[in-house]
Amino acid sequence: MSRRDYFSKRTKEISNSAYKKRMLFSFLIFVAFVTAGIFAWKWLNNQPNDQGALKPLRKTLEVNEKLLTSTFDTAKKVKTYDEKDAVKNVRVNGLIGMEKTIDTATWRLQVVRGDGDTLKISLAEIESLPKEDVVFDFKCIEGWSQVTHWAGVPLKTFMDHYHLNGQERMNYVGLQTVDKKYYVGIDMPSALQSQTILCYETNNKPLPMNQGYPLRLIIPVKYGIKHLKQIGTMYFSNQKPPDYWAERGYDYYAGL
Amino acid sequence: MYDFLLQLTITSCSIFILMKKIVKKHPLAIRWFHWINFPVLTIMIWSGLLIYWANDVYQIKVGNTVIYKFFPKGLYNALNVPFHLAKGMSFHFAFAWLFIINGILYVAYTIFSGEWRYLFPNRKSFKEAWQVLLHDLHIKKYEPPQQKYNAAQRIAYTAIIFMGMGSVLTGLAIYKPVQFSRATFLCGGYEAARVEHFILTIGYVLFFLIHIFQVIKTGWNNFQAMISGLEVIKTEKQIPVNEQA
Repeated sequence: MSRRDYFSKRTKEISNSAYKKRMLFSFLIFVAFVTAGIFAWKWLNNQPNDQGALKPLRKTLEVNEKLLTSTFDTAKKVKTYDEKDAVKNVRVNGLIGMEKTIDTATWRLQVVRGDGDTLKISLAEIESLPKEDVVFDFKCIEGWSQVTHWAGVPLKTFMDHYHLNGQERMNYVGLQTVDKKYYVGIDMPSALQSQTILCYETNNKPLPMNQGYPLRLIIPVKYGIKHLKQIGTMYFSNQKPPDYWAERGYDYYAGL
Repeated sequence: MYDFLLQLTITSCSIFILMKKIVKKHPLAIRWFHWINFPVLTIMIWSGLLIYWANDVYQIKVGNTVIYKFFPKGLYNALNVPFHLAKGMSFHFAFAWLFIINGILYVAYTIFSGEWRYLFPNRKSFKEAWQVLLHDLHIKKYEPPQQKYNAAQRIAYTAIIFMGMGSVLTGLAIYKPVQFSRATFLCGGYEAARVEHFILTIGYVLFFLIHIFQVIKTGWNNFQAMISGLEVIKTEKQIPVNEQA
């Protein structure tokens, strides 16, 4: 069937005057469409910022999070690898909130149970809890990833051991570095996922200072921005705890 | 109804009249999907570039020689790309919804309206597409017969749909590699998915360049049909001459 046959068989013919009318009409609609598009784009970019992201976009990130977390199995395990697959040189990407040295003779993990009720836990005490190894593909929000090997106590085991059952029923865990300059908030289901660990070893050795000595968070279901190094304080809240990168326009959830 | 008398040719027994015929070419729905997709895909590519910049490791290499690095500094600076990862992500994960919904509606429409018949390649399309290419490059005079779209268009317009699906699949594989671990597995892993997502995007840009070139080359009548839906077709009509008259 030729092109002409196609058009004569498959399409309706219309008169010249109707054609002119429709041409005018559809071009007016098109111009209106383009104009509306330009205005919509300008409107969006002129919206106020909500923590570094344009308000409607921040809202969308939150809706995405709600929609996805309600359908996801938050206990789902991250794919793990063999120890031999892990890299020897673990990439260091950020040093915000990091001290040059930390003395574990005086360092204590401060777990805030409530007002004026803070547990102070030494590294030795944490190391005496059941240890788990996690070898997984660590993913940075920048787009790179690395199979890395970490070990420590699962956060769930830790919280059970210190009878933080009431706190487990709250919505969020907040973490701060020793100097409190870097801080994250993590939703409780992700925090209690079985591969989330309070980590003190990488490649079977104590954490180097730039990897968060003496204790860091490893949370494989999140981007690296949530894996806070040199933990000083842990607390619990029903409201979203402040989050360093979320305040700078990133998604609060940052889940994988 | 016709516009007559553009040209008359009298032969011994009949008159050929070259006529202008106005026909409906593109349904309204397809025009909407097309013009919504254009800015949305542009925003997706732009915000994707803001994201890619944060880990811009891809390059074309032959041996140890870098032929092209994605992307040169000049391009980044011209488009104000550097240090906008968070902004890129916030736009990307919002406009992805529009891209996906518009895409689903378009595919559903072509299926239920029967338009897919003019869009989907048939048995002859792959052979004919080659002939179309040779014709377009002015190598051969012969142009294979076509319906609404020629064979090369059929393949291109169908391929772009599968590319869209590929972008959604590879996109989900990067976006939630734990929750959509099957998608990530299908793509050959997290890093492979990112490469594929990137290559598909390069594909859109190439598609766009060829598309624009072809639209300009084909001319106004064809272009305006994507806005008005109407196209002017010139046909010949044969009118027999009554010898008794």
